[in-house]
Amino acid sequence: MADYHWPPANRRALIGKREKRIDGPVKSSGRAKYSYDINRPGMLWGKMATSPYAHAKVTRIDTSAAEAMPGVKGVVTIVPVGQEVLWAGQEIVAVAADSEERAEAAADAIKIDYEPLPFLVADADPEHAGAEHSKQLEARVTGNPDQGFQQAEVISEGNYGVPVITHCCLETHGQVTEWNGDDLTVWCSTQNVSGMAGEYVDGLKQQGITVAANNVHVISHYMGGGFGSKFAADTWGIACAQLSKKTGRPVKMMLERDHELMVAGARPSMHAHVKVGAKRDGTLVAWDSESWGTGGPSDAGAPRLPYIFEVPNVRARHTAILTNIGPARAWRAPNHPQMALISNGAMEDLAAKLNMDPVDFMLKNMNLVAAPDRAKTYQEEFAKASELMGWKSKWHPRGKSGAGPLKRGLGVSLHTWGGRGNLSNSLVTIHPDGSVETSLGSQDLGTGTRTVIAIVTAETFGLPIEAVKVNIGENKYPPAGASGGSTTVSGVSTSTRRAATEALNTLLAKVAPSLGAPPDQLEAWGGKIQVKGNAAKSISWKQACAKMGASSISGTGKTSNDLMSSGVGGVQMSEVEVDTETGIVKITKHVSVQDCGLVIDLRTAESQIYGAAIMGITYALFEEKIMDQATGRCLNPNMEFYKLASIADIGEIIPHMMTGPGYDDRGTIGLGEPPVISPGAAISNAVANAIGVRVPELPLTPDRVLAALGTLEKGGVA
Amino acid sequence: MSSNEDKPRPDGAEKPDEKREKSAQEKKLRDLSRRSFIKGAGIASVAASAGALLADRVLEAAPRPQSGGMAGGVVGPGEVPVTLKINGQIRKLNLEPRVMLLDALRNHLDLTGAKKVCDRATCGACTVHLDGRAVYSCTTLAIDAQGHDITTIEGLEPKEGLHPMSQAFWNNDAQQCGFCTPGFVMACTAYVEHEPNPTHEGLQKSLGGNLCRCGTYMGVREAVLEAAKTMKTKGGRA
Repeated sequence: MADYHWPPANRRALIGKREKRIDGPVKSSGRAKYSYDINRPGMLWGKMATSPYAHAKVTRIDTSAAEAMPGVKGVVTIVPVGQEVLWAGQEIVAVAADSEERAEAAADAIKIDYEPLPFLVADADPEHAGAEHSKQLEARVTGNPDQGFQQAEVISEGNYGVPVITHCCLETHGQVTEWNGDDLTVWCSTQNVSGMAGEYVDGLKQQGITVAANNVHVISHYMGGGFGSKFAADTWGIACAQLSKKTGRPVKMMLERDHELMVAGARPSMHAHVKVGAKRDGTLVAWDSESWGTGGPSDAGAPRLPYIFEVPNVRARHTAILTNIGPARAWRAPNHPQMALISNGAMEDLAAKLNMDPVDFMLKNMNLVAAPDRAKTYQEEFAKASELMGWKSKWHPRGKSGAGPLKRGLGVSLHTWGGRGNLSNSLVTIHPDGSVETSLGSQDLGTGTRTVIAIVTAETFGLPIEAVKVNIGENKYPPAGASGGSTTVSGVSTSTRRAATEALNTLLAKVAPSLGAPPDQLEAWGGKIQVKGNAAKSISWKQACAKMGASSISGTGKTSNDLMSSGVGGVQMSEVEVDTETGIVKITKHVSVQDCGLVIDLRTAESQIYGAAIMGITYALFEEKIMDQATGRCLNPNMEFYKLASIADIGEIIPHMMTGPGYDDRGTIGLGEPPVISPGAAISNAVANAIGVRVPELPLTPDRVLAALGTLEKGGVA
Repeated sequence: MSSNEDKPRPDGAEKPDEKREKSAQEKKLRDLSRRSFIKGAGIASVAASAGALLADRVLEAAPRPQSGGMAGGVVGPGEVPVTLKINGQIRKLNLEPRVMLLDALRNHLDLTGAKKVCDRATCGACTVHLDGRAVYSCTTLAIDAQGHDITTIEGLEPKEGLHPMSQAFWNNDAQQCGFCTPGFVMACTAYVEHEPNPTHEGLQKSLGGNLCRCGTYMGVREAVLEAAKTMKTKGGRA
């Protein structure tokens, strides 16, 4: 019988190679149908009236004018009179009409009165936010911090911070819902196909509508970005299903762009005052941090500071500030980019004070990395990144950037992530005509999930990738975990490998007699079933399948621990050019070196690295959700003023995946999150190296850069 | 509400009614975006110049037919017949004059390749060609697109296979979630048709009007350079 373990390097026809994504043509030709693109017969459009207040009680709702408007078919109240809203943009009433324009006009015509209540939208520290908005989440002490600082020969103190940013998925949140008797079909933009039915069952139950989970049909063949913000049915999903029920017609309700940016996903801010001390030789001895941040009305968990390095003496306190800025959602590698900026920023500042190259400083402290295997990974990644960046020849001590207004600088950061596979179930079917299908209720967020499933199936059967049909994006297939936290690649790859192996074993047993060898002496390779070590004794895949008779063969498999692992490193280096006259920061080169165990598809893996670097450059230089302190509203809920990097803003990006012995044998590990963690820290550190002073807060906008340069001229600390 | 609702409040705060009025005004102001202005009831036919729009505002008090007709060069707010030439085909529709070209394509013709993302001419996901020029269909009125040759990505693609630009996007993995991709393909195609010998520097300046959130720009750069070569040999349009 065939072994389900990953094939060794010399027996991999597809795994680890650069395969093109299998849904590339349907996407690049515009033929892919996203939820936003679903048009159903008789479909209505849903739009919502939302709160202009950051905190208020709803005192009156009058939908009569809206209901009398042409084409309006139904209204659903989401927040009833008497209830409070906790952020501007919160949904109050949904309305359905027979055209998008009419629905929009009707939503505008809904009259809602509010009793405004006090609110807080400032990204303030605990002292300014006040006790009623502050919730201390952590006060951790390890070792003896006071003694540690006494032992320290060099101490660096600084402020570091990251504002609230949004997900800004290009396909806004939303769905099309349609009832057919007791059955509800939902085409929704989601990271959670298999878990979505339960979301609707629970959400509708609260609205007095009973539906059985097996009657909820979820479809999400293509989705336009999630980044951690698309796991739930959400208010709008339930309201949409209610509107459909009420009107007896399909309803499409996708969020407007401003609404999306106001409510449908925000990454919590994090700010810190840090004191960190080391011996003159760079050995870290003590850390003290006071950190805070806001993720809206509820807390987003405490960071683990310092990041990566288990400094022997630590005092770390964190306070969540509860505000009315809108709800937080998981944003690619929750809390890690913030921790990296704060911790690796403080480490770089300490290295500068020690007059050490920060790479040497970090390598000096590798014994403080919690997992010993990880330290080895980091050492290899530092070496590779240094080589790709030309670090040794380019690096200069902080601020020694020469005369002239354009200053060049280098920065470094390192990170970690788990990435163990989610629980997925795969069904692989071989048909008598030789065709192959793999089905599971997973989803492709653009990461290449379809492609890795096809690669694993094809590799197992010794077939080309085109031979495999992949069915995902519907909950009628075997359940698969939600795509969050870099859990998908291992979930779908390991379950598919096992399912395919099981199906293959059934096939081998049927074929064995004709090849005159026991099944465990057979293998699938190069489009054939052949006797191991004797390729002359073989039959083609098609001929083999013809021996199955009339019925198909299938195999099932679950996520398998012995095919995957968890825990990665990652080192990034950034080179910037700062114009000290304008304050404009340009990224000239960004190197991202990453491990993720066994890489299934190198091409889409590299695309994850490119994408994460660009997302990182974007939050390092441009992104901030700006709140108006007077009205409590978001000031930039649009794509002119909530800025994303364009094709001209990104410089040269060099990805490198660590592969081969020591990496491949760990099995698969997720990749989506880790490479997005370090760009902010690496770029901030590069700017400090270039201009001679830390710009404390991201994004590194010209005003902030010039303000930091101003402190330097006044004799500020470099 | 309490009985002292009408008395001046000791803290000098506004009375709830004033507040209500003020908030309605505020809401009106907040909602008066460039786009809702353009989309306002009644649109001067054919020309959407600022002058025509202002004239329309003045004319707004005058009675007008509820649908179908024209009075003093003004159409709407009801549906009017609109004739669009899309991908070489004449398509006759009845649309309210406020309907944007993007919505006409997506909601009335099921041509969903062009995407609605920013909805205000920033991101380029809605890019189509108007007489061979790349335009943002989210801020082009459908009635203003009459008399022009409109090409959507559905019309760019050959019946079989892929347009060289789409092929190059696939070859260079210039797509992840893919939601910005059709708009990018349209913008890049128009760019290469205009500039058959693109350079790295040139394309970065010219393609800044399309935004991607997944971060596919490295692939897009390579795709444009590759497609420029194949388009020379194979020709651009299907």
